[in-house]
Amino acid sequence: MKLKRIVLACATTLSLVAPALAQESVFVPLFTYRTGPFAGSGTSIADGMHDYLSMLNERDGGIGGVKLAIEECETGYDTKKGLECYEAVKPKGPVMVNPWSTGITLPLIPKAAVDKIPILSMAYGLSASAMGETFPWVFNPPDTYWDGMSMIIKYIAAQEGGLEKLKGKKIGYLYLDAGYGKEPLPFLDQLSKTYGFEQKLYPVPAQEMQNQSAQWLNVRRDRPDYMIMYGWGAMQPTAVKEAAKTNYPMEKFISIWWPTEDDAKGAGKEAVGFKTLNWHAATGDFPVIADIRKHVVDKGKSLAAKDKIGTVLYNRGVYNSMLIAEGIRNAQKITGKKVVNGEDVRRGLESLNVDAARLKELGMEGFTGPIKLTCADHNGHRPTFVQRFDGEKYVKITDWIEPMTDKVMPLLEADAKAYAEKNAPWPKRTEVCDVKS
Amino acid sequence: MDILYRIFIDPFVQMGGAPDLLVQTLWEGLVGGVLYALIALGFVLIFKASGVFNFAQGIMMVFAALTLVGLTEKGVPAPLALLLTIGVMYLLAVAVERFVLRPLVNQPDIMLFMATFGLTYVLIGVGELIFGGNPKKMPTDALFLPSGAIDLKILGGLVSLQKLDIAAAVIASVMVAGLAIFFQRTRIGRALRAVADDHQAALSVGISLNQIWIIVWFTAGVVALATGIMWGARSDVSFALQVISLKALPVLILGGFTSVPGAIVGGLIIGVGEKLGEFYWGPLIGGGIESWLAYAIALAFLLFRPQGLFGEKIIERI
Repeated sequence: MKLKRIVLACATTLSLVAPALAQESVFVPLFTYRTGPFAGSGTSIADGMHDYLSMLNERDGGIGGVKLAIEECETGYDTKKGLECYEAVKPKGPVMVNPWSTGITLPLIPKAAVDKIPILSMAYGLSASAMGETFPWVFNPPDTYWDGMSMIIKYIAAQEGGLEKLKGKKIGYLYLDAGYGKEPLPFLDQLSKTYGFEQKLYPVPAQEMQNQSAQWLNVRRDRPDYMIMYGWGAMQPTAVKEAAKTNYPMEKFISIWWPTEDDAKGAGKEAVGFKTLNWHAATGDFPVIADIRKHVVDKGKSLAAKDKIGTVLYNRGVYNSMLIAEGIRNAQKITGKKVVNGEDVRRGLESLNVDAARLKELGMEGFTGPIKLTCADHNGHRPTFVQRFDGEKYVKITDWIEPMTDKVMPLLEADAKAYAEKNAPWPKRTEVCDVKS
Repeated sequence: MDILYRIFIDPFVQMGGAPDLLVQTLWEGLVGGVLYALIALGFVLIFKASGVFNFAQGIMMVFAALTLVGLTEKGVPAPLALLLTIGVMYLLAVAVERFVLRPLVNQPDIMLFMATFGLTYVLIGVGELIFGGNPKKMPTDALFLPSGAIDLKILGGLVSLQKLDIAAAVIASVMVAGLAIFFQRTRIGRALRAVADDHQAALSVGISLNQIWIIVWFTAGVVALATGIMWGARSDVSFALQVISLKALPVLILGGFTSVPGAIVGGLIIGVGEKLGEFYWGPLIGGGIESWLAYAIALAFLLFRPQGLFGEKIIERI
C-alpha cells in the first residue's frame, strides 16, 4: 500500500514537474518531512500543502493560466538536509521556499536577500522576521511564537478573572529544547515580570522526546497552576500521556498550535480537556476541502490518508498553500507577468490581503480569519482561538483572542535591530514597497 | 556559598522533605533503567557472539514494534501478530547472516561495524516504505498489557506505580533470567560463548558460526521486540524511538560490552542516576541535562574501571 503511494508520489511529481518545467510554469518547492522522528507532525502538513496546490493545477490549470511545478524535498526536519534541499532547488528558480522548521529557517534568512528567494515560515521561524523593514524577504504570518504565547497567557488570565489575577500564579512551560522551543523564552520572561506570575521551565531535549518522566516529576513537585507546551513530533503525544499519568488537570494544559488529534488520542479518555491554539477550522466541511477531494483525492493524486483530510495539520498545510497561491496571484497582478519569479512573489506576499470576500471566493468562508500583510508587517499578528480535545476531535471553545501586540511589537523591533547589528553589515532595505500600510 | 548549598545540601533536604517524590523518582529511574538494560542486552548478545557493536539494534527495536502494530492494524489478532513478528525477526536474522555477516567473515571488525550502519539505513528505508512515517499506537489492550496505576499513599504522600511499568519490569526480568539460563545451561549458549572467545577455535571443534550468528541475531531481535513493545506502549511507536537506543551506549560503557549482568546493572545505574540528576540537580542549570548526564556518569565510572563494571580486563604485554 505504502509502496503504491510512493510510486504514485513519484509519478505525480514527475507528471507535474516534467511538462510544467518544459512549458511555462512557476516552480514551488515544498520542504516536507514524511520520514523520521517528526513525521507524525510533518506528513499531514505535507499532504495539505501538496493537495491544495495540486487542486489549483487540476481545477484551474494553475494560477493565472500558469501551472505550478510542485516538487517535494524530504528534510526529515533535519537542518542539514533542509539546507541541502535549498541548494538543490535553488538553481531551478523557486518563487519561494517553505522550510517547515525553525532550525532550517534561521540559516536561510541571510541567504534570502542574496538569492532573491522569499521565505514563507508560516507561524514559525524567527519571530523578529515579522519586521519587514529589516527582513524584506522573510514572511511568518499569521502569528509569531510570541503572539502565541501572549494569547495563551490571555486565555489563562481569562480563566482566572483578569491579567491582574495572574500575580502569584505558577505557570509551567514545557518545550522542545531547540531553537523553536526556546524562541518564546525572553517574551515569557518579560510577561512573568509584568504580570507577577512565576514561570517554571521544563526543557525536553530532542533525544528525550519519548522519555519525559523526569520533566513530569518536576511538574508534580512544582504543581504549576497551568502548563504551556511548545512541542513537536513525538514530544507531543508523550507529553499528553505523561500529563495524564501525573494526574495533571488536562483542562489546564494548553499548547501552541501544533498538536494533532492523534497526539491527544494516544492518552485515551484522559486526554479530554487538553487544549491548543488554532486559527483555522479542524474539519473538512468547506468548499475548498470538497474541491480537493473532487479534483485530487478522488482522482488518486493525493498521498493523504482519507481520514486525515480536514484534520488540524492537514488544514494547516492547506492554509500554508493558500498563502503561497495568493502570493503568486498578487505577484502576477502587480507585475503583469504570468511567469513570476522570487522577486515578484516577495512583492506579492508583501501586498497580501485575504479579506472575508476573498476567503469566500477561495471556498474558505468560516475556515479562517482575514489576513493582511504590508511592507512593514510581514506577520499580520492575527487572533487565534482555543480548541479543546473532546476525545475524538478538537472543538473551538473561545472567541477570537487578540495577541498582545503592544507587548510583542516593541520586543520584535528590538530583536530585529539586535539581529541586524549582530549580523552587520545587514543590508538596508532597498526593495520595492507596494503596500506601505 | 549559596551555590554550594544548592548543589550539596538542598537536593538532600528535598529528598528528606518529600520522601514520596524520592521514591517516585527512584521508581521512574528503575523502570527506565530496566528498559535501557533490555536495549543494552541486544547489543551485548551480538557483541559477545561476533565482537561487533550492532548499530542497527535501535532500528531493529522500531522495526519489530512497527511490524507488530502494522499487522494488528491489518486486522491480525494481536497474539498471532506477535508470533508473526517473531517470525519476521527470525527471517531478518537469517537475511543478516546470509547477506551481511557471511560475506564479511575474517574481515576487520570495523567492516562489520560499518555494515551494521548500512543495515540501519536499509531498515529505516524499508520500514518507512512499508509502514510510513506516522507514529502508531501500540495495541496494549489486545496484547493483554495492563493499564492504569496503583496509587500507594505512603511516606506522607502518593507514589503512583503504572501497571504498564510493573509489567515492563517483570517481562524484562523474565527475559534476563531466561537469557542467563540460555547462556549458562544450554549447549547453544555454551557454543555461543565459545564463538565469542575464539572464532577459529570454535570452528575447529565443529561449532557452526553461521548457525550461531542466526541464533544470536534472532535472540537480539526478540529482545528488540520486547523493548519496542514496552517503549511503544509508554509513548508511541515511531522512528523517534531509535534515538532512545543510543542510551544503551553509556549503559554498555558502564556495564561492559560483554556482560549480561553488566547490561542490567549498568541500565539500572544509568536509569536511576539520570532521573535523580534531572530531578534534583537539573533545575540548577535550567534542566534538560538528562540527555548528557548518562554519558557523564559512564565516563566518571570509566576513570576508575576502564573495562566497565563487569567487562573483561584486557592486559596486553609488549
